[in-house]
Amino acid sequence: MAEHILEMKGISKDFPGVRALNGVTFQVVRGHCHGLVGENGAGKSTLMKILSGFYPHGTYEGDILVEGSVRHFRGIRDSEHAGIAIIFQELALAPNLSIAENIFLGNELAQNGVIDAAATHQKTQQILKEVGLDLDPETLVGGLGIGVRQLIEIAKALSKNADLLILDEPTAALTETETETLLTILNRLRNKGVTCIYISHKLNEIFRITDTVTILRDGQTIRTLPTKALDEAKVISFMVGREMNEMYPYRSRVPGKPMLEVKQWSVADPEIPGRLRLNRVDFTLHSNEILGISGLMGVGRTELAKSLIGAYGKVVSGELYLDGSLQRFETPRQAILAGLNYLPEDRKGSGLNLMMDIKENMTLASLDRVSSRGVLKKNLEIVESERYVQKLAIKTPSIEQKTGNLSGGNQQKVALAKWMLCSPRVLILDEPTRGIDVGAKFEIYNLMNDLVEAGLSVIMISSELPELLGVCNRILVMYEGRISAEFSHDEANQEKIMAAACLNPTEQQ
Amino acid sequence: MNESIQRNIRQYTMIAALLAIWLIFTVLTGGIFISPRNLSNLFLQSATIAILSIGLVLVVVSGNLDLSLGSVAGFVGAIVAVLQVNFQMDTVSSIAIALMVGALIGLWHGYWIAYRRVSALIVTLGSFMIFRGGVIGVTGGATIGPMEDSFKFLGQGFLPELLGPESEFKVTGMVLALTIVAVLVAFEVVNRSNRRAHGLKVSSVGALLGKLAALSLAAAVVFLPLGAYQGVPMAIVLVLALAAIFHFIAQDTTFGRRIFAIGGNKEAAALSGIDIKKHILVLYVMMGIMTAVAGIIFTARLNAATATAGNLFELDAIAAVVIGGSSLAGGVGTIAGALVGALVMSSLDNGMSLLDMDVTWQYVLKGLILLAAVWVDTATQKKTRF
Ligand SMILES: Nc1ncnc2c1ncn2[C@@H]1O[C@H](COP(=O)(O)OP(=O)(O)OP(=O)(O)O)[C@@H](O)[C@H]1O
Ligand SMILES: [Mg+2]
Repeated sequence: MAEHILEMKGISKDFPGVRALNGVTFQVVRGHCHGLVGENGAGKSTLMKILSGFYPHGTYEGDILVEGSVRHFRGIRDSEHAGIAIIFQELALAPNLSIAENIFLGNELAQNGVIDAAATHQKTQQILKEVGLDLDPETLVGGLGIGVRQLIEIAKALSKNADLLILDEPTAALTETETETLLTILNRLRNKGVTCIYISHKLNEIFRITDTVTILRDGQTIRTLPTKALDEAKVISFMVGREMNEMYPYRSRVPGKPMLEVKQWSVADPEIPGRLRLNRVDFTLHSNEILGISGLMGVGRTELAKSLIGAYGKVVSGELYLDGSLQRFETPRQAILAGLNYLPEDRKGSGLNLMMDIKENMTLASLDRVSSRGVLKKNLEIVESERYVQKLAIKTPSIEQKTGNLSGGNQQKVALAKWMLCSPRVLILDEPTRGIDVGAKFEIYNLMNDLVEAGLSVIMISSELPELLGVCNRILVMYEGRISAEFSHDEANQEKIMAAACLNPTEQQ
Repeated sequence: MNESIQRNIRQYTMIAALLAIWLIFTVLTGGIFISPRNLSNLFLQSATIAILSIGLVLVVVSGNLDLSLGSVAGFVGAIVAVLQVNFQMDTVSSIAIALMVGALIGLWHGYWIAYRRVSALIVTLGSFMIFRGGVIGVTGGATIGPMEDSFKFLGQGFLPELLGPESEFKVTGMVLALTIVAVLVAFEVVNRSNRRAHGLKVSSVGALLGKLAALSLAAAVVFLPLGAYQGVPMAIVLVLALAAIFHFIAQDTTFGRRIFAIGGNKEAAALSGIDIKKHILVLYVMMGIMTAVAGIIFTARLNAATATAGNLFELDAIAAVVIGGSSLAGGVGTIAGALVGALVMSSLDNGMSLLDMDVTWQYVLKGLILLAAVWVDTATQKKTRF
């Protein structure tokens, strides 16, 4: 048996106007958990898509050797037969099918074409248990949160009994607990002899679970080293090509007048009558302030943001004061015009239009500014989007690139630019750095600081405690539709926030 | 590969397909197909479907559909005929009423689809039946005609000839064609210098000349036979004008941009502050008006309204739009493509009836060609994407 379960040699891949990979060499030792890191757009996902046959043989240069022999995958089925299972960065579950149907999609447990429902049900239950999910296999995937879906993706890959498991940013949307579960599962799999390739921008995970790390930059292999021989600073400097001393550019500020006041804000649950998704939430955001909102996934942080901008219509009660005046937004349009903007958490689902190009996405929420009497001023549109491409250092051959072709991090920057173009007064950012590399994160924090300096107030919803602690002037913690605690930057620490996020506020007292 | 070529590849394939269809029919009919007289007729016949397709593109781009086009066009035509024949109404008033009826029907569709959230398929399938009933009711199952002369002119008339009515070869069309080409070239040149000023990629000079050549060829193919026969029909002028307007709406207005956004990702569009309901409502009103225009032109050409007028037009229009590269999933589509698609569909009709082909086979062939067109599309798309 070859020592390397996988070797990729001299892999190059071109897209129109972009050389995504340039002679990449990548070797994975059997039984290892192999980390793959690099900046947004470095080519990690592309490399894995080539390995999995998503980009079939003939669309790239170079060789893939599995167990020492050259393979030509024509599609994902081929790579699955060779024992490779991939979980794409973009979630790929069918929302209108149940968990069980999704897990066995394409590999149905069937006899003569008739699906064995009982066996499917039982097998699904068993696999779900392995990934720590306690759900009915018949639940429709569409109604589930993004974190749970990610675990189902993993369950699906497990069901294929793969020798080589590829995970492309599996924890980007997971809570700490879900991440723990995932890492435990991966450890267990490694003990069973499964090799895995793990892509993540969260370096602490890389250090916790990988044996070897490969660093890509601009489509080239920079280094492959044993994890033990590395530390975070070294990995970062290999990734970005220079030293990075500071991770969180905190600026302390004196908060000004109230910019956004929310009083007794409640939102009814549309599915369960009588139940409240948000229960009399009160908070104030001041000018000259970055306010963080922490909490576990599903406690109502996104609902809070969406209900504030009027995305839920009229099921809301309570009062909202924007810069001192009482407002009642029934549509996002009203909120946008009044200067309250929201960057959604799921950039592919609700942030961007992946069929449209960069400039069209950037100007979509502020079309009135780049048009007169309904006619677009295309020159102005180009100038404005050029400006933001440069300002946010978006890596793209042109502003006419489809956003669907951008790497995840660059997509996020386009989504951010869209809202900056509206020149809001209050900007709510829902998981703004999800899936973004360390360098770009730093840029985004700086950008948030600049925005606040320019007179904006910012709310940052995030599941990553270090970044909340690192950039916010004040942090709110939510628990089950309520605000359970509030900390100033100086009081806050990881333990206090976790405690407030997991406990009922009444029990706490 | 050159990016702009790649982007336009499917439009080139469709034009190639159109030319292939023409070549085949020319050979099979011993040249009759390509005669000025026949081509002239073909363009005229294609006008109705072309108008419907032009309107339908944006509806399809928004992720919706309209199955009632034929019934509504027939209904509007019947109303015009009754107004003129039974109530002696003049051309202008009857057209005004017809357009209003179209707009109201569009409003009705838009209301149910946007504000009552009934699927467009069902709402317009309902109208498909309702207004087919309407046509029969209004016409009483009989043929109603003839129409006013000034009305007939819209469907049968020609642009006045610059050289006088006796001239053998009509030059008006050529003048018009040259103007159109000149304007388009001017646009292209301005556009290029603009793009260059902003550091955007511009196509090579070779590609530009190629485009110019293709454009001139297209103009020649359309306008030479028209000139050699009876001149440029009013209906064709109307089609070109409507196409220009809708192209402008699609490419250069906030409304068009928002329709593309809605079709591409509804959720993202809503969160970007786009009033989806209002836009869909307006869109269907526009579609209703376009349907009325198509009904008027059709009635004017036949010089009468019948109970079967417009039968199955919606299917031809949908086929034309899809052949022209619009995606039924929404978010993608062009007006120019739909025009090519409309020509493909009418050429099939025209060529097959010239050949006196059995109706059975006419339907079968049209169906197969639609299938092939969409298959070619998916196949080429795959290649360009990866
Ligand atoms: N389908 C495509 N068409 C055109 N360009 C593409 C396409 N897919 C990827 N690219 C480009 O290839 C480069 C590598 O992208 P890739 O998605 O592999 O990056 P990544 O390392 O996974 O980044 P991230 O961490 O943001 O996910 C980027 O510059 C991206 O814009
Ligand atoms: Mg990626």
